[in-house]
Amino acid sequence: MTASSLPLTGLFRLGSRRARFLVERNIYVYRRTWIVLFSGFFEPLFYLGSIGFGLGALVGTVSGPGGQPISYQLFVAPALLASAAMNGAIAEGTFNFFFKLRYNKTFDAILSTPLSPGDVAVGELVWALIRGGIYAVAFIVVMAILGLVVSPWVILAVPAALLIGFAFGGVAMAATSFMRTWQDFDLIQLVILPLFLFSGTFYPLDAYPEALRVVVQLTPLYQGVDLLRSLVVGHLDGSLLVHVVYLAAMGVGGLLVVSRRLDKLLLK
Amino acid sequence: MPDLPPPPDAALIRARGLTKRFGSFTAVDAIDFDVAHGESFGFLGPNGAGKTSTMRMIGAVSPRSDGELSVLGLDPELAGPSIRARLGVAPQQDTLDTELTVRENLVIYGRYFGLSRAECGRRADALLEFAQLTERAGDPVEPLSGGMKRRLTIARALINEPDLLLLDEPTTGLDPQARHLLWDRLYRLKQRGVTLVLTTHYMDEAEQLCDRLVVMDKARIVAEGSPRELIERYSTREVAELRFPAGIQDSLDGQLDGLAERVELLPDRVLLYADDGEAAAVAVHQRGLRPETVLVRRSSLEDVFLRLTGRSLIE
Amino acid sequence: MTVMSRVVELRAMQYRRTFRASLFSSFLNPVLFLLAMGVGLGTYVDRSGSATQALGGLSYLQFLAPGLLAATAMQAAAFESTFPIMAGLTWQKVFHAMYATPIGPRDIVLGNLAWIALRLTMIAAIFTIVMTLFGAAASPLILLAIPAAVLTGMAFATPIAAFSATQRTPEKFNAVFRFGITPLFLFSGTFFPISNLPAAIQPIAWFSPLWHGVELSRALALGTIGANPLLAIVHVVVLAAIAIGGAAWAFRTVERRLVRG
Repeated sequence: MTASSLPLTGLFRLGSRRARFLVERNIYVYRRTWIVLFSGFFEPLFYLGSIGFGLGALVGTVSGPGGQPISYQLFVAPALLASAAMNGAIAEGTFNFFFKLRYNKTFDAILSTPLSPGDVAVGELVWALIRGGIYAVAFIVVMAILGLVVSPWVILAVPAALLIGFAFGGVAMAATSFMRTWQDFDLIQLVILPLFLFSGTFYPLDAYPEALRVVVQLTPLYQGVDLLRSLVVGHLDGSLLVHVVYLAAMGVGGLLVVSRRLDKLLLK
Repeated sequence: MPDLPPPPDAALIRARGLTKRFGSFTAVDAIDFDVAHGESFGFLGPNGAGKTSTMRMIGAVSPRSDGELSVLGLDPELAGPSIRARLGVAPQQDTLDTELTVRENLVIYGRYFGLSRAECGRRADALLEFAQLTERAGDPVEPLSGGMKRRLTIARALINEPDLLLLDEPTTGLDPQARHLLWDRLYRLKQRGVTLVLTTHYMDEAEQLCDRLVVMDKARIVAEGSPRELIERYSTREVAELRFPAGIQDSLDGQLDGLAERVELLPDRVLLYADDGEAAAVAVHQRGLRPETVLVRRSSLEDVFLRLTGRSLIE
Repeated sequence: MTVMSRVVELRAMQYRRTFRASLFSSFLNPVLFLLAMGVGLGTYVDRSGSATQALGGLSYLQFLAPGLLAATAMQAAAFESTFPIMAGLTWQKVFHAMYATPIGPRDIVLGNLAWIALRLTMIAAIFTIVMTLFGAAASPLILLAIPAAVLTGMAFATPIAAFSATQRTPEKFNAVFRFGITPLFLFSGTFFPISNLPAAIQPIAWFSPLWHGVELSRALALGTIGANPLLAIVHVVVLAAIAIGGAAWAFRTVERRLVRG
């Protein structure tokens, strides 16, 4: 019997039905601070109004997926949805997760119950996805009201947004499990803003020189932006599968790392 | 198979050669102990003796490095969740959920054990009553006093009606009033037949709460028994504490020999161990020595610890 | 004045510890926006016919850069007058400790505001250099855009600091940023002329302090201030009035907090 046999005994299994109690806990917390939840929905809307409509009037049309010209609003809306899914998942997976892990000792208390570190990781991620899913549905409803729904495939934009949340949430939690102080979060900011601004979010990739274009195409947010934009305009091809696999692998990888790290951090 | 309850008189906890190492540091060094059903069992020792590491292994949140351990008849490494489902744990540092209210802390914790929402609500209300926190039910946790937080932590540990309650330093940092209130609550639990396992570095706490205890020092168990047995075995009935004027104590060498069963020279005072402390103090005066103060008291676990390790419990 | 300078000194010391974070938010942030929007998206704006007229013949980069300058000052000011004020009054209670010395409430407020103004000057100066390197400066008057941006920032710093002194938890700060700073950033003529807003909403933009700051900075950076000097004076008066009013309010709220403990 050694410490190394512990992960094999079920503690390491990736989550159980008990993970749902963590979601329930977060619902309790947000019942009081719903304004925070509520306000997260407005940020992409403000951007859509400002950049999409205000500035978009000066841009006119740009080339969308497959090269057909589309209105700038239609071009930028799915990208804002993808960015919102990323931002929401990262906010939960970094600041909130760090607070619960290091300060509130939420997880230490939880591990004295039948829940395991795997349950904690899954429960937290599921919560982040529920939050992201609510935003995604609301945003698509707003798009419909603004006349930005042009293809029935838009219905798949909701699961696609959840997939983006899963990918970034998993990686964010994994990264957070290695952080020691709040100052370390500057590094996360340093990654998010360039992703937000340069992943083909606000203008087509042909603005970049060839070499840079390839680099941008490899970034995770580009995968999400292109996936959502293609679904929103109804331009489906095999490359979307690549995006799906890329994002799913990110999420699963993140979850595996964070579960292992929680084992190490909490089960000393 | 792992969920079968142990036979009634079997040990609830059984440890043989239990060891915990962190790298090259040995926090718990091959200790043996048993805790019986309905018993109140204590680990007494100074900070860093290995008490908390032992508690975490019993609590199935820390894998052992070596030895055998069975909790509620199960192996913590194989049946962690099943064991934890029947434990109540009050850790050394409060881990209350500061994002929830007092009552929500109890309700949500109950949910982690898979209890229904209605059942959690019922138990939460009863436990708030027990912990004398009913009036604070809807308040956030942060502004509560240390004693209130401690009571809430213990109430939370009781939400699943545990067979075994683990208390790590239950009253450390509390003022005397808060301690006595907490002792009273723990005593009531004991009367209800809850098995208590606690760690402490307060001898008075160990004397108040423990039927049986082990004294730990430097990762090992150095003595075991009931508080009374330990005192009888390692100390005398009474102790006379003498304080001499500055400078005098250093020159006492040998002058107190034969006045008591044992003489202990501490930096600030001299302890005379004797069955009749009063008589020993009188004998000191008869030798012409003039201490500034004399205090005769009953022997305590502190004296046991001093005898066993040569050091005080609280440094 | 010397008493006040001790408050500035304290803030400068604290700043050294969070240098990396503020370097990011106050410098990298606007430069990345300038690159993505001004240069990247700018090529598409400049390509379209409708933009030339709406922007009065300017390149989008030229239009955007001075707006971002003012908006950056606003964001930095809002940040500097929320969390650090809460830290001083609630978390570390440094201001309470100062209050126990000959330093008075007014010194504490003025010292903090002086520090924020100093920070804004640094940020605005660096950003102005970047703007010039990007070719977004059309007039030497751009040098005056630096004090214009500082004034814009102070119109936010003083009332927000006053508000922060009334709070004991940072919960409402989130709302200040999400429902105050972010919409102002996006709808005050920074990214597009407010004439592009629906006609019914346009007058609302006049109430945005940031709009006054953006217009003023833009007129200075482009050297077009002479075309309508009266309007420029209105911008300055509006911003100064808010900054001074906010400072007066901050004197009251900070003093109240210090007295109550």
